[in-house]
Amino acid sequence: MSSLWVELEQFLNEIEKPARYIGGEDGMICPEHSPEKASWLLIYPDTYEIGLPNQGLQILYEILNERDDSVAERSYAPWVDMSREMRKRNIPLFSVDTHRPAEDFDILAFNLSAELVYTNLLECLDLSNVPLYSKDRNEGHPIVIAGGHCTYNPEPFADFIDLAVLGDGEEVVGEISEIFSQWKSEPQAEMNRKELLQKFAELPGVYVPSLYEATFSNGRLVSISPKAEKNIPNIVEKRTISDLGAWPYPKNQLVPLTEVVHDRLNVEIFRGCTRGCRFCQAGMITRPVRERPQEQVVSMVKKGLERTGYDEVSLTSLSSADFSGIENVVSEVMTQDGCSPVSLSLPSLRVDAFTVGTASQMQQARRTGLTFAPEAGTWRLRQVINKLISDDDLFGAVESAYSQGWRRVKLYFLIGLPTETDDDTLGIVRLAEKTLEIGRKYHKNPSVTVSVGGFVPKPDTPFQWFGQNTEEELLRKIYLLRDAAKKVKGLKLKWHDSRATVVEGILSRGDRRLAPVLEKVWKMGGVFQEWSEHFNVDLWKTSMDEEGLLIEDFSYRHRELDEVLPWDHLSAGLHKDFLWQDWRDALDNLGLEDCRWTPCYDCGACTGYGIEHVVASAVPPAGGSQGTGVSLIQENEIKVAISQPEKVNGLQVSGVNE
Amino acid sequence: MRCLRVRYTKLGKIRFIGHRDVARIWERSLRKANIPVLYSQGFSPHPRISFGLALPTGFESEAEYVDVYLGEDFFLDAFDEKIIQENINKALPSGMDVLAIGIFPTSGDSLQEAVDACVWEVRVSGTSFEEFEVIRKKLFSSDSLSIERERKGKILVEDVRSQVHSMDITEDHIDGVTILTELGTKPRVLRPTDLLKRINSELRTIRVLRKEQLTLQGNQRIEPLSIELHPAAPAEVLA
Ligand code: SF4
Repeated sequence: MSSLWVELEQFLNEIEKPARYIGGEDGMICPEHSPEKASWLLIYPDTYEIGLPNQGLQILYEILNERDDSVAERSYAPWVDMSREMRKRNIPLFSVDTHRPAEDFDILAFNLSAELVYTNLLECLDLSNVPLYSKDRNEGHPIVIAGGHCTYNPEPFADFIDLAVLGDGEEVVGEISEIFSQWKSEPQAEMNRKELLQKFAELPGVYVPSLYEATFSNGRLVSISPKAEKNIPNIVEKRTISDLGAWPYPKNQLVPLTEVVHDRLNVEIFRGCTRGCRFCQAGMITRPVRERPQEQVVSMVKKGLERTGYDEVSLTSLSSADFSGIENVVSEVMTQDGCSPVSLSLPSLRVDAFTVGTASQMQQARRTGLTFAPEAGTWRLRQVINKLISDDDLFGAVESAYSQGWRRVKLYFLIGLPTETDDDTLGIVRLAEKTLEIGRKYHKNPSVTVSVGGFVPKPDTPFQWFGQNTEEELLRKIYLLRDAAKKVKGLKLKWHDSRATVVEGILSRGDRRLAPVLEKVWKMGGVFQEWSEHFNVDLWKTSMDEEGLLIEDFSYRHRELDEVLPWDHLSAGLHKDFLWQDWRDALDNLGLEDCRWTPCYDCGACTGYGIEHVVASAVPPAGGSQGTGVSLIQENEIKVAISQPEKVNGLQVSGVNE
Repeated sequence: MRCLRVRYTKLGKIRFIGHRDVARIWERSLRKANIPVLYSQGFSPHPRISFGLALPTGFESEAEYVDVYLGEDFFLDAFDEKIIQENINKALPSGMDVLAIGIFPTSGDSLQEAVDACVWEVRVSGTSFEEFEVIRKKLFSSDSLSIERERKGKILVEDVRSQVHSMDITEDHIDGVTILTELGTKPRVLRPTDLLKRINSELRTIRVLRKEQLTLQGNQRIEPLSIELHPAAPAEVLA
């Protein structure tokens, strides 16, 4: 078995943060490779610190290594100083587990969870010595797979991958391994890559872009449909595991030797969210709600803390305070015996006093800051986005936070939401001002940080038809906020770079015409675009120009119901008429309640697949408001540039409407 | 109050992690090993542990130290050094191994302040036995050696000759030599790599291994915890 370690150790000393490349984490598996087994390299195309904690990747890593027909190792995008040195020394991308070259693996599987990493996909392929375009690869090259939330519209990068997997990967990676290991055992002469891809395409949840034809006319997409081959579905349906309890992964969460984001024990307590925030793609595509059994949560936490030595645990999901019986779980975790204090964090979408009460139970010691995400400045606009938090919900939550010892409150908002007026935008400052007023009742100098992201409409949401705010419009709103915020003492305003929002917008709802754009941006050195020190909007604008493509066309214009969308042939289970109705309701300021505790709206996510919610409690949690959102995301997250891939709600997105 | 002093290694791939990473690993490992570390009081309590002189990232070591502050009740309970060592070893990642363990009263200087010199083993290439002998002799026959060091953005020229306590060739290789050198750490740490670069810019260091950290006791330099004394019963170490 070939390891590049001997070559690597000669120069790692001269590289920034060499610990990124050494592996050695507690929980690392160094698998035995063998010719009969399908070997996977799971790649997170961002830095090690961002990629290592990714739970999806860790889950598949364990599952694949438990099977007898597959093995898996991991890799992350080398930082620019490293890739420069690797190219100079002719060293390809490698796994961190055994430092094996990427090209020695059968399958390169990328986890794509944010648009701005797309050029890093190209960078990793190039460093692996694998042809960028799927059509240029032959039987000797690895199969390139993409998974993660971005595969609900993989069209911008469709030409670079061999297949995309939609939805939960737990089961489908096994099916892929099975097909691949069988294919591998065939005599050399009979191996045919095209037939292999055809076989993959027959698996539910697998999309093979090269088997579909995209047709354009007058600068508009008119159809995407299977080429002549048989057995290729017209619409690829996502995969959903119906019982999270059957998949208690990761069993051995990786504990890194060096600092990473979310550096704590993470236990996923449920998947899916039906609060129905209309801007939130994660909520829409992961329906229905599937809770992990309470006892399993508690045992995963206990075993995990013991094994890892962490003193902090996060119960993860899109809105953890909604978990049935969350109070029980929290008190069980907090009253564990052990010799050191354990702190617990609960990313939650709710904004209410109940949640703060739970938070105070969880953070007995480190009461530094609390974060809430009202997302919009006025009740009217919150109805439009279906985040049904009243001003009073927010003030009640803030009051209980300040009264229980928190001094710093952070508020997250989006600007550029549909129907937004300047009054809505300025409502953000009004809410912050009132928050500070409440804070002064309890502290001398309370502080409020307001973070503002620009809204990017996402596929498979009711806002997928909405024309994103232009760069100028977003900037105008930011200045509006900045001027108003200056007059408020104790208020700190932070905003997301509106130029990055523009690029996210292009890619979010883009189509195959963007392949050469991505290639050009990458060629000009446009990697790590989610990092502010590397982001360069000019590369994108120049490349779009050169390809004769208009940002207006991709981002700023509203779509009509009859327009063919680039992801129409891919399904997250959501009926298009449900989404369209929800879009119309949004424009009428109509909210929609959570279907977990009210009758089903037949969105399709359960009804289409013959599954249902797995929720232990038939009623909303005690003390709950109607509230759709609050984020208790902890203060200690590392601030990385523009976007945090693991951010729970659409904070890294942005937009404008007129 | 007493503390548990542990001498451990940092060898192999793990040499590329930084000092803060090592501290985090110790915090987790002590919890895994169920050692009841004292916590600081206050707003954000943290475990009370302290280290010897920081080791530059990329250097290996057989002489890293950590002092772990423990409540008195820990010593009342049956204190079994062997079991503690075993538990800590199990909790530490590969490349970090416990070499010796002992109990000390906590007093005066922290180890970081007390360390006065380090012994380094350095694998040097780009030279030969004969050539290095000449370099070495020249160094010891001169009474000054100035080195440029950056401190708070300013370049300072300092004489470090007296910090070079000893330097000997221990092995001869086709492309160079292995040396053993004792370098003083006061007033400021002198790194073997900086020293070698200064005395001959052609020299390349391939591997740097810290063999010892020494503290001054009277006019003798001693190891805070010697491996030879291990495994020693706690009482003996205390004496
Ligand atoms: S199918 Fe019904 S119950 Fe299931 S997620 Fe959709 S609306 Fe909710």
